[in-house]
Amino acid sequence: MSEKYLEICNITKVFQTPEGGEVRALDDVTLDIASGEFFILLGPSGCGKTTLLRSIAGLEYPDSGEIILQGERIDDKPPYDRPVNTVFQSYALFPHMTVGDNIAFGLEMENVDKDEVAKRVEEALEQVQLAGYAKRMPSQLSGGQQQRIALARALAKKPKVLLLDEPLSALDLKLRRGMQVELKRLQRETGITFVFVTHDQEEAMSMGDRIAVFSQGKIVQLDTPVEVYRRPVNAYVADFIGETNLIKGTVVSGGISLPGGNVLPTDQLAADSVIPASGDVTVAIRPEDLVLAANGMISGTVRDVIFTGDSVRVHVTVGDVEVIASLASYGTEIPEQGSKVTLNPEHRAARTVAS
Amino acid sequence: MTAVTTPPKKQAQRGRPGQSSPKLAYLPIIFLAFAIGVPLLIIVVYSFLEKPSQGTGVKWVFTLENYKALFIQEKLDGTTALDTRYIKVLWTSFYYSLLTTVVTLALSIPVAMWIATRDARKRNLLVALVTLPFWISILIRTYGMRQIVADEGPIGKFLGIFNIEWSILYSPPATILGLIYVFLPFMILPIYASAERFDFRLAEAAYDLGAKRMTVVRRVILPSIRPGVISGIALVFIPALGSFLQSDMLGGGKTNMVANVIANNFGQARNWPFGSALAVLLIVLTLLFVLIMQGAAQRRGDKVELV
Ligand SMILES: Nc1ncnc2c1ncn2[C@@H]1O[C@H](COP(=O)(O)OP(=O)(O)OP(=O)(O)O)[C@@H](O)[C@H]1O
Ligand SMILES: [Mg+2]
Repeated sequence: MSEKYLEICNITKVFQTPEGGEVRALDDVTLDIASGEFFILLGPSGCGKTTLLRSIAGLEYPDSGEIILQGERIDDKPPYDRPVNTVFQSYALFPHMTVGDNIAFGLEMENVDKDEVAKRVEEALEQVQLAGYAKRMPSQLSGGQQQRIALARALAKKPKVLLLDEPLSALDLKLRRGMQVELKRLQRETGITFVFVTHDQEEAMSMGDRIAVFSQGKIVQLDTPVEVYRRPVNAYVADFIGETNLIKGTVVSGGISLPGGNVLPTDQLAADSVIPASGDVTVAIRPEDLVLAANGMISGTVRDVIFTGDSVRVHVTVGDVEVIASLASYGTEIPEQGSKVTLNPEHRAARTVAS
Repeated sequence: MTAVTTPPKKQAQRGRPGQSSPKLAYLPIIFLAFAIGVPLLIIVVYSFLEKPSQGTGVKWVFTLENYKALFIQEKLDGTTALDTRYIKVLWTSFYYSLLTTVVTLALSIPVAMWIATRDARKRNLLVALVTLPFWISILIRTYGMRQIVADEGPIGKFLGIFNIEWSILYSPPATILGLIYVFLPFMILPIYASAERFDFRLAEAAYDLGAKRMTVVRRVILPSIRPGVISGIALVFIPALGSFLQSDMLGGGKTNMVANVIANNFGQARNWPFGSALAVLLIVLTLLFVLIMQGAAQRRGDKVELV
């Protein structure tokens, strides 16, 4: 993944709001996407994901910066001159055309000859497992089927980059899971580079080769799902990706003093944790990395016990903060509400994070 | 007044929300039936009657002469020949209306699209501006138009600077200009109504799929606003066909449209039966046009009802 395919260089986009203010939707964003990569743009609502996608598609022109595809600048080209296609969140199927005509539309724009169009429409429908639906109108399809047609319409163009803007957000959970698997398969089979926008961190982790975590128009972290999960660069990422206990503490000799008079020894923290000589730090511990121990390092009182089936979530009041431990539901003794327990972080998975 | 038992209160008869009692609809329906039906009936009946030898009105004798006179001229020597005068008048009316429709359509689509793409507050203001002419009597507006297009009017004066001659008042161009001016809002408003509902993300999708500007307009935008276009054509073409004021005041009576001839027969010419026959012919032709339009709309599967 070293070779550069799609390069986003120092892109900035500022919107004027009707109220007279300014929104920095993209703030000096730089990233490289490799050929054939499944790249995820992840972030909360309003952080600029759609704006970046639209800038790549040519539906929005950035104020500054460059977008380069295979060594060629594309940011000054109109959308129809970019070998890039989009699957819109709203699907945006043409309501007055049949499914077949919808898919054929993009091919006709390339002056593909008639037989070839028919063949590729057929092919695209098969790819999304809706062969035989060509004669239907979009209004005669379910939401999930419309979603697939939107996908087929973009795939039929054989784009160099396929942009997907929260394509699954309108689907129910079960359908979404199915589509996630299918999208991943399609991406592998076609070898097309996917840039996929989502605000669902689970979706991001399960699908992406790499994830760019956004916050307020900036990339906060760009890494593989495992790295982003295991080594969040700051409290924001740690909190946004998965679930994390963020505990404020102070550096003392040999460890970190946590609320409730607990001290976490330095040698229990992840080896690459950056620990300042003194002052306040934030410790991040994933609930699944905490275990009940006889003489653990963190003591507190059980406030709630929630059984979720595959795990037991124990909410423990530690000093003035609440810490959640997620225990395996088999083989663990479930503590009683109100009882005193002690917890240990396992595998040196606890780490300090910049706040 | 000493009822011992109170009768059970009648359950209030409540319709579904939004459903009004049919009784409320009777009055306007009856009114409309009278206001449209009775004059229509009178016109049809008159068209089959003779003209009295003196004065206005009708003589109650059945005849088909009025219809014959629309197309055939009886010469003094008793021979008959094809009379193209009225066919020509009808053709002129048709031609002017068609021109008006085409020009207003060409102007309205970009205007309506432009209004539809403004933000909500501006949109309402712009629509109000389009309807502004309705606040002033058409008679006064046509007088105003006469001042504007007059040889010595603002246009004439302006073109005079460049030594360009401007003289269209009391000629067909002035009539057509007047028609375009009066009917433009009737084309803009229905197209705007359709355009406003258009989802501009579809246009973006078309761009994204490789369509250029004109292709997006032709293949995505126009099909989506077709219902508005069809309504607009009907709202402009049909009334334009029967319009009378513009050719009278701007065309100077030299360029008669069919409505001028009808009016003349009920006025100066004092031939009510012949005027009626011409009116019936106009109604039939208009109806024919409506049916053709509706057929075209239905074939496309659009939900447009004109009749
Ligand atoms: N046309 C516009 N005019 C003004 N502000 C805009 C415009 N488009 C986007 N913005 C602003 O830019 C910021 C980023 O918007 P964007 O649509 O990229 O967010 P997003 O990350 O896609 O959010 P979501 O997950 O909700 O879709 C937001 O604050 C938004 O209000
Ligand atoms: Mg978005």
